[in-house]
Amino acid sequence: MDQTRYNLNKGLAQMLKGGVIMDVTTPEQAKIAEEAGACAVMALERIPADIRAAGGVSRMSDPKMIKGIQEAVSIPVMAKCRIGHFVEAQVLEAIEIDYIDESEVLSPADDIYHIDKTNFKVPFVCGARDLGEALRRINEGAAMIRTKGEPGTGDIVQAVRHMRKMNSQIRKITSMSTDELYEEAKNLQVPYDLIQFVHDNGKLPVVNFAAGGVATPADAALMMQLGAEGVFVGSGIFKSGNPAKRASSIVQAVTNYKDAKLIAKLSEDLGEAMVGINPGEIKLIMEERGK
Amino acid sequence: MKIGVLAVQGAFIEHKKMIEGLGEECIEIRQANDLTGIDGIILPGGESTVQGKLLRKLNMFEPLKAMINHGLPVLATCAGLILLAKEIENDTTSHLGTLPVTVKRNAYGRQLGSFESYSNVGTIKDFPFIFIRAPYITSLSDDVKILSTVDNNIVGVSYKNQIGLSFHPELSSDNRIHKLFIDKIYSYKSAGSQLKIS
Repeated sequence: MDQTRYNLNKGLAQMLKGGVIMDVTTPEQAKIAEEAGACAVMALERIPADIRAAGGVSRMSDPKMIKGIQEAVSIPVMAKCRIGHFVEAQVLEAIEIDYIDESEVLSPADDIYHIDKTNFKVPFVCGARDLGEALRRINEGAAMIRTKGEPGTGDIVQAVRHMRKMNSQIRKITSMSTDELYEEAKNLQVPYDLIQFVHDNGKLPVVNFAAGGVATPADAALMMQLGAEGVFVGSGIFKSGNPAKRASSIVQAVTNYKDAKLIAKLSEDLGEAMVGINPGEIKLIMEERGK
Repeated sequence: MKIGVLAVQGAFIEHKKMIEGLGEECIEIRQANDLTGIDGIILPGGESTVQGKLLRKLNMFEPLKAMINHGLPVLATCAGLILLAKEIENDTTSHLGTLPVTVKRNAYGRQLGSFESYSNVGTIKDFPFIFIRAPYITSLSDDVKILSTVDNNIVGVSYKNQIGLSFHPELSSDNRIHKLFIDKIYSYKSAGSQLKIS
């Protein structure tokens, strides 16, 4: 992948900023999401909450199902492949997906290596729990980062932890001297030039979204106030009582994330939120996948 | 001078940095009352379906449309151009509709069709054109002036107070288009009448 293509791919993520990317499993859900104001959809066979319930091995979705969603909407369509499964990524590129999520939500295909994303023309987004993970994924060619959170739980605590940690590490690096930066690159196991970029710019070199456990307009606004540039909502919408209304409210809350009066109004009468599960209650910790 | 940038969704920070880099004030427009007192507005790239819905839901649609029709200078890029267009191909709806052109959304296909090239924007020569899932203009009214074409497709136009571009000057490091826009606002203010951008 040349630098021009990488810049175009980072640029697409910039166009998604301030928006909400929603998990959908059918063309009908994709249309509901687009109608509610999603800036992109993530096409997958099962949303994370159902992946948890089903257990077993979770893989890339049927390309036919993804194509059905591509035909149903005009907004960008993303899809997930397993960590390290570069052939699933090749398949997704072949059907001209707009963004590939190399995702810990699916069962990892490789317990050591991530995909060499520089071999692809199509852009990748990857999950990260801290700055080291984020910069390692960027070094492998990711054009967008999201927090891992803990998918399919409806519990925002891990996404908050990941976003806070990343931003705290970034703040620390901005005030470091050059000799400290060399040491920090070693500690975080990332190339020096990426540490240098963070030091000079006070941010990641790519767009950073929040993901994992967002269930309410207030959750989405919380992540935005903590510094996310946009939000992924997975199980939170189509596992709730009134998906269309909840989706639309979350979209508006992301735009006006500092306006508490508006968020109060948006939070009224949304019906039942998805049933949350606490990290202590789950056996499968997805955030541990891929470091 | 105060320039607003529509900040409901998309790449608005990039425009804001361009304007501030040229020494002018730029404010984020998220709700209708933010529109008060602005001298010009930028409609940024992003997803036009999202921006169009939020304009309506946040009660900005009618006031903004009226302001543009009354001569508020507008610079619209990519999704912004779609918001301005009177007609959208293969779509029965349109948004602000103040610019008498027809646009084709995702005219170059999906992300794999995104590309970069160099061309002219009116009198500005060799400008970097960054197209991301970009639209282009398929037909236009006689009084709309063509500013740019790439591969025989119209990708930049001006009409009265409005400039519409399919590409993203805000993602480049070249600020000549933003400078031109600022100059036009100043000439509009000093003339104190209907602005004709050409």
